[in-house]
Amino acid sequence: MASVEFKNVTKSFGEFTAVSDVSFDIADGEFVCLLGPSGCGKTTSLRMMAGLETPTSGHILIGGQEVTHLHPKDRNIAMVFQDYALYPHMNLADNIAYPLKVRGEPVAQRHARAKQVADVLKIGHLMDRLPSQISGGQQQRTSLARALVYPAKVYLFDEPLSNLDAKLRLEARGFLNHLQRDMGMTAVYVTHDQAEAMALATRIAVMDQGHIVQFASPIEIYRRPATTFVANFVGNPPMNLVEVEGAQVEGKLALKAEGLAIAALAMTDAIGKALAASGKLTLGVRPEHLGIAQTGATNTITAPLFANENMGPESLVTIDRGDSARVTARIFTDDHLDLSKVVTLRFSTEHVHLFDSTGKRIPALGE
Amino acid sequence: MKLTIPAFVGRIAFSALAALIGAIFALPLLWFLFAPFNARAELGLALPDPWTLSNFVTVFGNSYAVQALWNSFIQAVGGVILVGAAATLAAYALSRSSIPGKGAVTYILLLFSSVVSGSAAMVPIFLIISAAGLMDTHLAVILTFAGGLLPTAMFILRDFIDSIPKSYEESAMVAGASPVQAFFDVALPVIRPGIVVVVVWGFVNIWGSFLIPFILLRSDSNMPASVAIYSFYSEAGTPIVTLLAAYSLIYSLPVIALYLFVSWKFGFRFFGGIKA
Ligand SMILES: Nc1ncnc2c1ncn2[C@@H]1O[C@H](COP(=O)(O)OP(=O)(O)O)[C@@H](O)[C@H]1O
Ligand SMILES: [Mg+2]
Repeated sequence: MASVEFKNVTKSFGEFTAVSDVSFDIADGEFVCLLGPSGCGKTTSLRMMAGLETPTSGHILIGGQEVTHLHPKDRNIAMVFQDYALYPHMNLADNIAYPLKVRGEPVAQRHARAKQVADVLKIGHLMDRLPSQISGGQQQRTSLARALVYPAKVYLFDEPLSNLDAKLRLEARGFLNHLQRDMGMTAVYVTHDQAEAMALATRIAVMDQGHIVQFASPIEIYRRPATTFVANFVGNPPMNLVEVEGAQVEGKLALKAEGLAIAALAMTDAIGKALAASGKLTLGVRPEHLGIAQTGATNTITAPLFANENMGPESLVTIDRGDSARVTARIFTDDHLDLSKVVTLRFSTEHVHLFDSTGKRIPALGE
Repeated sequence: MKLTIPAFVGRIAFSALAALIGAIFALPLLWFLFAPFNARAELGLALPDPWTLSNFVTVFGNSYAVQALWNSFIQAVGGVILVGAAATLAAYALSRSSIPGKGAVTYILLLFSSVVSGSAAMVPIFLIISAAGLMDTHLAVILTFAGGLLPTAMFILRDFIDSIPKSYEESAMVAGASPVQAFFDVALPVIRPGIVVVVVWGFVNIWGSFLIPFILLRSDSNMPASVAIYSFYSEAGTPIVTLLAAYSLIYSLPVIALYLFVSWKFGFRFFGGIKA
């Protein structure tokens, strides 16, 4: 196991910059998720760690050793590919044992070791099959087994679960979590699924258009998203963002928006700075922090009902404030909600988030 | 369903016409199958009576004819090995590397390939081979065909390799393999069906060619079967049909055998359709 370090890494493809001046430190034994929408540069970053792409500028260190221009074979890393990349002409035993073969281990030993790993992953009975003769979930576990069969410094995963159906994905996610607890491996895991990142990561790097927007623990990212982008990306459903007009009234912050009734908030220096730049702020509330209320109460938001979806243990109630500005509440009840045409949702001011006109988080009191 | 009478007559007429056309195409093939076994074969179609192998005995007694089959074999196998190996490596490089303008390279080569093995280039080829001192050698024929077939072979194979995910070799390299190891362990076995297509195609091309060996070779002992067939003519220039028929059948067997072998072993799905 080893640490991974990016120092001002940039990768351009011609004119296009896929990864832009990215720096971070991954400590030994951490499980870091690179999270972001498709095309934001996650795979490119991972491939640079693996040595499959060379940075245009910057440095990459693994275990404190400069590896920026080192060939993949000399990095002693393991990688699970999105398409699994199982060799179609080799049976599972040879597929899983391949890394040991190139390391010069004798046949008997490497097959024994492959069987051992395969048994843990419950594919030990399939060792004679070709990859085309097993199911998608088994292929996924085979590619995982091939990565785990030798002790690597860092384990890299590129959306390894994205080709599985929902149920298998949950199962595999749980297994990866267990594995991480068991082995304490250093891992970098690319995904566009925020739930996967939240469930697996010790820290998440949220990426947007080649930049890292926030690099923090899942809880921190959930509780204190650095930008509206992060707020809107994390959570299921993501945070509701309401554009509001902010003004200082009698030493407090008054917020105004259609359908919104909110008590004045305490002023802070940070809010003052944001207001000085622009009064256009964004108010964020998570769906799970909203509840049903009486019309006319304070700390509420009111609009016509758009959808009312019962999910079993919870209901998703969405109201439409016009121009597709919708607000969704997650109400924890297994009863069907009987709602009128116009719905009022309440929240508590300790659960609201404020963002300035550029989308940056305004720290709350005491942050 | 009942057919109306005009439709019925139409069907019969159509079937009769189709049968006639089929027969026209089948007759030469039938001749090709019957004549070798007929000691008195002529250009007309006739059932052998009796069936005999005497024509084959005569052919195999002719040392020049047997030597020519062997020459064809040497030239075709030599050319195919050269084309197969060179095209695989070149196509792999063109597919996997990021050399700018690699697409143009393939297309220009492809354009020139039809010129190189075509009759238009006979004079320069003759001069080059002559200057290289390779006149009247198997190598002359092998090199000329390799040059002529290589661009098309590269083109077919590059297309094939392009359709194979890069992640195969990438995962091998991450696992610790050198690029050369990754090529031989992972890429080559997956590309193999494509190479087989190219090899069969190259073999058939060289085996059946006449002009190039005819021009580049001098001595009878080096001539391939395609040229040797012309020795089965009498002094007056009329063909000795019995020997010609037997020799033609022998001459076509390797190609048929090759096709059967490949379709049994790999299944013939042409260019784009080949998947590992
Ligand atoms: N080899 C390449 N050549 C040109 N552009 C590329 C290449 N690889 C990736 N890109 C571009 O870089 C951007 C980031 O790609 P990628 O890292 O694969 O995104 P992600 O994995 O986050 O979806 C994309 O816009 C993609 O089109
Ligand atoms: Mg990707």
